[in-house]
Amino acid sequence: MQRGSDRSKLFSRRAAVLGGGKLVLLSALVGRMYYLQVVEAPRFKTMAEENRISIRLLPPPRGRIVDRFGEEMAANEQNYRVIITAEDTNGNPKGTLDTLGQVIEISEKEKKKILKEIKRKRSFVPVTVRENLSWEEVAQIEVNTPDLPGTEIDVGQTRHYPKGHYSAHVLGYVAAVTEKDAKGDPLLELPGFRIGKSGVERLHDLKLRGTGGTSQVEVNALGRVIQEVERQEGQPGAEIMLTLDAGLQEMTAERLGNEAAAAVVMDIHTGEVLSMASNPSFDPNAFNRGLSHKEWQGLITNPRGPLTNKAIAGQYAPGSTFKMVVALAALEKGVITPSQKIMCTGHMDLGTARFHCWKKGGHGPMDMVQAHMHSCDIYFYEIAKRIGINRIHDMAKRLGVGEKTGLDLPGERSGLMPSRDWKLATIGAPWQGGETLITGIGQGYVLATPLQLAVMTARLVSGKKVIPHLTRKITTSEGIEVPVRKEFEPLGISPHHLKIIQRGMNAVTNVPGGTAFRARIKEHEFRMAGKTGTAQVRRISKAERDTRVLKNSELPWELRDHALFVGFAPYDNPRYAASVVVAHGGSGSKAAAPVVRDILLEAQRRESSRGEPVVAPKKDEKEA
Amino acid sequence: MRYRLGHDKLTLGRKILELNWGFVFLLICTASVGFAMLYSAAPADPNVPGSVGSWDPWAKRQLIRFGGGLVIMFVVALTDIRLWLRYSYVLYFIALGLLIGVEVKGSIGMGAQRWISLGFFQLQPSELMKITLVLALARYFHGRSLEEIQSIPYLFVPLFMVAAPSVLILRQPDLGTTLMLILGSGVIFFLAGVRLWKFALVGISALAAIPVAWQFLHTYQKKRVLTFLNPENDPLGAGYHIMQSKIAFGSGGMTGKGFGQGSQSHLNFLPEKQTDFIFTMLAEEHGLIGGLAVMGLYLLLLIYGYAIAMRSRNIYGRLVALGMTTTFFLYIFINIGMVMGLLPVVGVPLPLISYGGTVMISILFSFGLLLSVSVHRDVTISRKGEHEEL
Repeated sequence: MQRGSDRSKLFSRRAAVLGGGKLVLLSALVGRMYYLQVVEAPRFKTMAEENRISIRLLPPPRGRIVDRFGEEMAANEQNYRVIITAEDTNGNPKGTLDTLGQVIEISEKEKKKILKEIKRKRSFVPVTVRENLSWEEVAQIEVNTPDLPGTEIDVGQTRHYPKGHYSAHVLGYVAAVTEKDAKGDPLLELPGFRIGKSGVERLHDLKLRGTGGTSQVEVNALGRVIQEVERQEGQPGAEIMLTLDAGLQEMTAERLGNEAAAAVVMDIHTGEVLSMASNPSFDPNAFNRGLSHKEWQGLITNPRGPLTNKAIAGQYAPGSTFKMVVALAALEKGVITPSQKIMCTGHMDLGTARFHCWKKGGHGPMDMVQAHMHSCDIYFYEIAKRIGINRIHDMAKRLGVGEKTGLDLPGERSGLMPSRDWKLATIGAPWQGGETLITGIGQGYVLATPLQLAVMTARLVSGKKVIPHLTRKITTSEGIEVPVRKEFEPLGISPHHLKIIQRGMNAVTNVPGGTAFRARIKEHEFRMAGKTGTAQVRRISKAERDTRVLKNSELPWELRDHALFVGFAPYDNPRYAASVVVAHGGSGSKAAAPVVRDILLEAQRRESSRGEPVVAPKKDEKEA
Repeated sequence: MRYRLGHDKLTLGRKILELNWGFVFLLICTASVGFAMLYSAAPADPNVPGSVGSWDPWAKRQLIRFGGGLVIMFVVALTDIRLWLRYSYVLYFIALGLLIGVEVKGSIGMGAQRWISLGFFQLQPSELMKITLVLALARYFHGRSLEEIQSIPYLFVPLFMVAAPSVLILRQPDLGTTLMLILGSGVIFFLAGVRLWKFALVGISALAAIPVAWQFLHTYQKKRVLTFLNPENDPLGAGYHIMQSKIAFGSGGMTGKGFGQGSQSHLNFLPEKQTDFIFTMLAEEHGLIGGLAVMGLYLLLLIYGYAIAMRSRNIYGRLVALGMTTTFFLYIFINIGMVMGLLPVVGVPLPLISYGGTVMISILFSFGLLLSVSVHRDVTISRKGEHEEL
C-alpha cells in the first residue's frame, strides 16, 4: 500500500505540473489575443476598414532571346495599360467601366468581355481594360481618377521582336493565357501576362517566364494605393541564346522572297542551326497585341500556310536530293562500284510498266559521279532495283530521313520513309517493284522535311550522326546552363564511299554540264557542292508524255513541282550544310540552287568577317 | 464520498445519477457557441433584408451530429470501466489494423485516403487511434509497478505502441495528428512516472533528429513550416491566410463587430472559416470578450477533466481521464495558436465548435470515456485488470 500511495503522490505531483504547464500555454494564447485585439487592434482595424492590405504580384521581365552573337531577337518594351481591380470599385465594376468608357474608347462588346473576366477572377486580381495606351489617354485617365474607383494605370512590358517576321517560326510568339493554361502559377492570372505559344518562346517558356515578385500595398477605401508596405522582387526570366545568326537568318528569309519556301543552314560539325526560315511568315508582334478576327482568318486560310514552320513541319518528296541515299546504300551493299557504268536510254521497263528518265533521249552510259552530276533517273532506278526497298529504307533512316531529327523546337514532323512492312501495315497492300524504282529517285511515298534534308547532307559529309540543335546557352539568375552535347556517333559508313558521293555532289555544281553548274560559287575557297531536286507533285499521264509534258508555268500553282536543293560548303573543308525547298517553285536548279548558293556564300563570308561568336554584354533588364 | 462503499456493482440508475452533469452542461454550452458561429458563417437569405446567417448548410447538420454524438457519449460513459480496460488492447489493434488498411488501400488507390466510410459518418482511423492509444497506454502502465515503469526494458512495449501508428499517420501524411499523438502519449508516460531524465534525453535526441526528419517532409509541409517562420515569404499562399486571419482577429478589437458582422470573415478572405479558422471569425465578431468567454468554457471543461482524474481511485482511470483531457487541450491550443499565427497551420479543428462530424464524434467519445472514469471512480481494479474483482 505504501507503494500505491507513493505512486498516487507522484501522479498528483506530475498532474499538477502538467496542469500548470497547460495554464501557462493557455495564458500565452490569452496574451496573444490581448496583443492582437487590444494592442494591435488599431492597426488591424485600419487595415480591415481601408480594405486591408492588398497584395500585388509583380510580373518578372520575360527573358530575352538573343542570337549566337548576342543580338536581340526577342526583347521587352514598355506598355501603358489601364486595369480594373474589382474589389476596389466599391462593389460596382460596371459603373467604373461605364465611366471609363466616357474617357477612353471602349466598345460595348469589349465591356461585356471585361465584365465576364472580372467575374471569373478573384476579386483582388486586376483585369486589363485596354493595352498600349497613348500618352494622351494615360493623361485623360489620370485626370479623372476620382471618378474611377478601382482603375489604375499599369506599366507593363510587351514582347517585342525587332526582326518581326524574319524569324517568327523559330522564335514563336507569346499570347494571352487561356483558361486551359492558367493552372498553378498565380502569375498566369495577371492581366496582360503572356506566355509562349510556339517555337522557342514555348519550348523555354518556363525559363523565360521567371518568378513573380510581390508588393504589399496599403489601399484606401477608393482603392488607391497609399503606400507600399513591403516589396519582394521576383526573378527575371532566363536569357536564351540561340545558335542562330540573326544576320544570316534575315538574309535567308529575304532571299526566299514571296515563295512558299523553307531554308535551313546548319553547322556540320556541331549541329548548330545557324539559320532556319520559313516563308510566308507572320508578324509575331501582332500576336502579342492580339489579332483581329479578320487578320486571324487571313492567316489560317492562306493556302501557303504562313503559320506552319515549313522547315520542320513541311513534308515534301525529296526528289533527286534523295539519290545520294540510294547511291550510298548501293555502294555499301556492293551491288555497284563507282566506276561501273549503267546505260541510260531514256526509259526502263519493269514488267508491263515503263519508267522514264527526265531527259527524253537518255544520258548514255553513266558512272556514279556522272549520274549525280546529270541527275540521271535510269541509273538510280537500276541500282534501287538491285538493292531493294528495305536497304534504301535503312540507309535513309541512318541519314535522318523519315524520322524526327530531335531538334529542340516544338512542332517537328517526322516525314515518311516507306518500307515493305510499313506499306503492308498502313496501306494494306504488298510492296510493288515499281515503287522501289520511284523511291530510288525520291518520289512515291518518301517525304522529308527541309530540316531532315539539311541533316542528311551534314551526315553525308561528316559520316557522323549529326543532330541539330538551336539552344546555345541559357542564362538564368542562378547561373549559366549550356545544353550538354555529346560527340556525334559515327554512322559506320565507309569514308571512301562518302567521298564518292561528295565527288558526285561536287560535279553537280562545279563541272560544266552539272545540273546546278550555273548556281556554283565562283570563289574557289568558298566552293559549294550539292544536289538538285525537282519533286513532281502531279502524275504525268502517258498521253501527256506522248505529246508534250506541260511546263510548270503552264500549270496552276498547286500542281507545279517542288524545287529542292541541298548543299554544303566549303567543299575542301566542309563546315555548313544547307537545304532549300521552294514549294511549287519549279525546277530545283533554277528555283532552289541559287538560293542555297547565296546563303552558303553569306554564311562563309560572315564567318570570316565575324570570327567565333562572342557573348555580347547583357543589357540591364529593368531599363529595357 | 457518499457512494464510497460497495460500488463495484453499480446499477444503471445509480450510474446515471453519478454522471457528471455539470460537465455535460458545459459541453452543451460550448457546442452551442459553435452552432451560433456556424449559423453566422453561412450566407443569409438575400430575400430577407437585414437578416444574418442561416441554419444551412452547416449549423443544422452540426446540431444533428452533436445529438448523435451525445448518445454515443452516454453509452460509453455508462459502460463499465473494467470493460474498457479489458478491451483496451483489442481496440488499439483494431485501430492499428484500420490504419494499415487505409495505408494499403490508399497506396493502391493512388493518393492519401484517410478515412473509412461508415455510412452515417466517415471514420478516420487516425482519430480512432488518438483515443485507443490513450486506452492502451493507460492499461499498460496500469499493470506495471512503479519500479517496472522506471526501468528501461519495460518502456519498449509502450514506445512501440506509439511509434507504430505515428509512422503510419506521418506517411498519410498528417503531421498535425502525428504531433498530437506523440505529445498526448508523452503526457501519459510522464504521468505514469517515467523518470524525467528520459524525457530530457528524448527531447535532445528529437532536436538532433530535426535535420534528418526535415528530409522526409513533403515539399508542401516544408513550405508550411518555412511560411510559419517567415509568413511574408508566401503572401499569396499560406502566409496570406495567416495574415488575413490576424487582420480579422485584430480588427475585432475588444467587443467585436457583432454577430454576423465579421466583414473580413464574410468577404471570403478567410479560408475555411467554418472549420479550422472558426475561432478567427468568433474573435472578429465578438472581440476579446467573446474569445475569452470561449476560452473560459474550455478552461472549465479542462478543470473538470482534472477533477475527474484526481478523484479516480485507479491508475487506469486517472491516466485515461488525463489522457483524454490532454488530447482535448492539444486540439484547443494548436488550433487557436495556429489561427493567431503562433503555430504553423497544421489543420487541427477547434473541438466542439468547428464544423465537422468526425472530430465531433471523436471528442464526444473521449468525453464518454472521461465520464465513465467519473462514474466508476471508486471501482477498484486489480493490476492485471482481471475479472475476479468484478
